[in-house]
Amino acid sequence: MNTEMAISATAISKFYQDKKALDNLSFEIMKGSLFGFIGPDGAGKTSLFRILNSLLIPDEGKANILGFDTVKDYRQIRRIIGYMPGKFSLYQDLTVEENLKFFAGIFNSTISKNYHLIEDIYNHIEPFKNRKAGQLSGGMKQKLALSCALIHKPEVLILDEPTTGVDAVSRGEFWEMLQKLKSQNITILVSTPYMDEASLCDEVALMQEGKIMQRATPEKIIEAFEQTLWSVQSDNMFKLLSHLNDLPEIKLAYRSGDHICFIPEMLTFEEKKLLDHLEKIGHQSLHIRQIEPTIEDSFIFHMQSQN
Amino acid sequence: MKGFVIKEFLHIFRDFRTLLILFGMPIAQVLLFGFAITNEINHASIAVFDKARDSKSLELQQKLTASGYFDINMQLDNTKAIEKAFRSGKVKEVVVIPPQFGKTLDLGQQTTIQLINDASDPNTANLISSYTSAILRDFAADANPQSTLLPVATETTMLYNPELKGVFMFVPGTITVLLMLVSAMMTSISIAREKEMGTMEVLLISPLKPYQIILGKVLPYVVFSFVNASVILLMAYTIFEMPVNGSLMLLLAETLLFILMALAMGLFISTVSNSQQTAMLLSMFALMLPTILLSGFVFPVENMPLALQWLSHIMPSKWFIIIVKSIMLKGLGIAYIWQETLIILAMAVIFILLSIKKFEVRLNLK
Repeated sequence: MNTEMAISATAISKFYQDKKALDNLSFEIMKGSLFGFIGPDGAGKTSLFRILNSLLIPDEGKANILGFDTVKDYRQIRRIIGYMPGKFSLYQDLTVEENLKFFAGIFNSTISKNYHLIEDIYNHIEPFKNRKAGQLSGGMKQKLALSCALIHKPEVLILDEPTTGVDAVSRGEFWEMLQKLKSQNITILVSTPYMDEASLCDEVALMQEGKIMQRATPEKIIEAFEQTLWSVQSDNMFKLLSHLNDLPEIKLAYRSGDHICFIPEMLTFEEKKLLDHLEKIGHQSLHIRQIEPTIEDSFIFHMQSQN
Repeated sequence: MKGFVIKEFLHIFRDFRTLLILFGMPIAQVLLFGFAITNEINHASIAVFDKARDSKSLELQQKLTASGYFDINMQLDNTKAIEKAFRSGKVKEVVVIPPQFGKTLDLGQQTTIQLINDASDPNTANLISSYTSAILRDFAADANPQSTLLPVATETTMLYNPELKGVFMFVPGTITVLLMLVSAMMTSISIAREKEMGTMEVLLISPLKPYQIILGKVLPYVVFSFVNASVILLMAYTIFEMPVNGSLMLLLAETLLFILMALAMGLFISTVSNSQQTAMLLSMFALMLPTILLSGFVFPVENMPLALQWLSHIMPSKWFIIIVKSIMLKGLGIAYIWQETLIILAMAVIFILLSIKKFEVRLNLK
């Protein structure tokens, strides 16, 4: 595996007026990896990406991409990166093909030159190439945007929340494409608010309030989750959640799909006692079982324990 | 670069509303401003060619000035000087007092005073001549109260625009307003749109240099503005039979210069506004209204309060209207309008420099 660094950042901070958007971030990302920044809205993911792609200047610290400083060498950086902003930013009144042509043109490239790179992606939208970009579905828009970001064969691809607002099937397809691009030795940075996407990255960093809370491979993150996780259901889920949160022996309870997950304070947790208590205060048809934690649970736990 | 220009043209052609503004505007504006607006006159500057130079003629001049409507800015001494006075643009009317004026009046005979007006602005010309006539009648009645016959007759000549066609006034104004609208507003909006839609982020991240982005944006609008100006001129020439007395080439060159200036202003506006709405409002209030109100297009600058007159000097449109009128109506060459040309050129350079300086290669988030 390639051990060279594609991106390195040292002590980056960014302020908007008095608000700290990024707080002393340092990290390195290896060449050819698919790196995910996971975090809720407002965690600072977009600000970080804009600093890395040279659109913003950090107030403190510095970063470089493939040895180019993001402030000083911004011209070189802009030649080697592909960037897809969080907001759909293609021309809605131009057709699919016109958009692609235009973006190839401004990077001094042509569609045919790098067609092999975008082929798999563009195949999905080629039947609609004469349709205006504004009339595409969310998933197709993102595929077009990705094609446009790739058309000049960038060495580093920076994708800001590419799957936000995209249906589950398209999201899956999108991630498959990223895996394929990775095999072309393109370093990919991707941010997402969806924690289930974290497991698809080589490595993830959990961001919250401008800080990186945790950074590891998805497997390591699950391993590092040294808690027991329980799932419980009852006839009144709404009350159940608040009841659980009121109990001192429960560290954290949150809703997850059709059940409620909770983490007890002690590893030696007696579910019988809890069931008795819940029945006493009126819950019926209770089901409780211990479950395997996912990366999502690990993140939720991390984020909550910081607050 | 080429791709960029093609893209801009596509934007314009795809947007029905933009097209409507671009091509529906000339007709609508010419019709709208065709209904001329009347105004009061106030300290209009006039010249007097006094052939009599006697006490009665001096009395008459005093009466004209005392009215408050007129300022006598020039005393002329030959017929040729009349033409020169008008060309200088400093006087709106020349009053020619015949020789032996006082003697003729004293004898109780009728005498004729000639009023020559600069009718390239027909409303003002009409107003000035009728005010003058009224004062002259008053003067004559005082001089010879018993007479039933009016001893002073006036004879009015309208120079440059003998038929007093309002079109002659509003065509230059319409061209100016329209070029302002198309050039400044459209460019500023189209750049602001890129910012608003987030596409600016992608353009910035590309290897395009700022001047390439700016040129790519501006070029299509230069073409459209120029086409528009030509359409209005053609309309003026064919429908309203407005003459082009001066050089057509000079007129087109000056138009191009003004377009450049307006585009530079539009660029500047776009560098300070982050949304289409801001760009639009800024263009409306900072460019359109002053262009219409302060350029002398609708209201004569001479009748404005002093502060507004000063303000009108920094309106590029004022100078352009003077240029267009001079070329089309008076048939003047560059020798007479180089100052106005220079002012517009200077403004263009200032705005271009300002916008290049303000154009940011990065995002400006506050």
